[in-house]
Amino acid sequence: MKKYLLIFSIAISGAFLFHACGNAETSDTAKAAADMVGDKVGDAVKAVQVVNAEPGYKVGDKASDFKLKNIDGENYSLASLKEAKGYIVTFTCNSCPYSVMYEDRLIALHKKYEAMGYPVVAINPNDPEVKPADSFDKMIQRSKDKAFPFLYLFDENQEVYPAFGASRTPHVFILDKDLVVQYIGAIDDNAKDADAVKVNYVENAITSLEKGTKPNPDFTKAIGCSIKTKKS
Amino acid sequence: MFQSRSFSQVVLVFSIVLMHSCNNAQPEATQKQNSASIEKKITINDIPVLDYEGLEPYLNFSNDTTYVINFWATWCKPCVEELPYFLALDKKMEGQKFKTILVSLDFPKQIEKKLVPYLNEHKIQPDVIVLDDPDSNSWIDKINPEWSGAIPATIVYRNDRNEFYEQSFESMEELEEIVDPFFK
Repeated sequence: MKKYLLIFSIAISGAFLFHACGNAETSDTAKAAADMVGDKVGDAVKAVQVVNAEPGYKVGDKASDFKLKNIDGENYSLASLKEAKGYIVTFTCNSCPYSVMYEDRLIALHKKYEAMGYPVVAINPNDPEVKPADSFDKMIQRSKDKAFPFLYLFDENQEVYPAFGASRTPHVFILDKDLVVQYIGAIDDNAKDADAVKVNYVENAITSLEKGTKPNPDFTKAIGCSIKTKKS
Repeated sequence: MFQSRSFSQVVLVFSIVLMHSCNNAQPEATQKQNSASIEKKITINDIPVLDYEGLEPYLNFSNDTTYVINFWATWCKPCVEELPYFLALDKKMEGQKFKTILVSLDFPKQIEKKLVPYLNEHKIQPDVIVLDDPDSNSWIDKINPEWSGAIPATIVYRNDRNEFYEQSFESMEELEEIVDPFFK
């Protein structure tokens, strides 16, 4: 219990810190987040990225299922989520300020839509040798700190994100029950200010699927962090 | 469940510690910047904050200058790692019809605290513009349809010739290779 309180209080005081710095969405956030999980800021590991992974799923393609390790140490596939009518597959990570800005919204999405059959399935695609803050251990820590209610999987071999064609964090792919890709893109139209969002792309897409219609738009773009991988 | 006294004490202590470290960060950066730059010091007033419409003219100059436009942010690790190559090339190209424009995606609240100190500390010469336009889906394709939205990203253009790179550069030479053809 005490330990739990401690973790919770770190998260709370973290929130205080962002507030004190007057920027809920910047490098301070990322730095504080990284500090919270004990990252060595300024690590000299070389960060590189691949050119936009051109092949990858388009809306209408059927995705291949995958098996990845969750933060609980168990392997999960999409098929293992037996109740699901669809999946909000979200490539995200600990370290990207845009991912951090969307953490609370991702939690809210899962809480709202899992009950309807659309769980969030978060996947960290980054190579921790390039971005130490995105290691499996740090994923576990971040998940505890934020009490993630969704799966937080590790694309350890970096095979799943290229198959999807994910190029940034966060990057959402909504699949239906048959794993057909129904929506690709952003969570909503305002990363830095949840209160100023005008269009909730993911929510609207699920509403469409529930009504038996196609999401519109079914493809959006957003600024995000490149996926970190060693240059081949 | 979390209303116990010990809990609020823990929160209070952590908050004070963290806030303290936060407040300390800035004067330190300011001092560094004062001693480092005796010449012209960049201030917040030197940095235009534009929406996409405001940025558009910078992406479409019609003259015989070659422009390198780099989309970056101080919080983006691969961006700040490649920045020295852009600065080195900018220096090397001095006197030629060449201009580097750094388009920062730092958040407006961070301009004074993060971006300006960074620019002064690293003696950044090229023009810096902050692009602040939250609905990025509405303008990413206008900048280049190939762009997924990940940064860093770079455009090289001269008049109608326009090349786009969603990638990091590993050296000044690598950057030079994509710029040189514009001078031939």
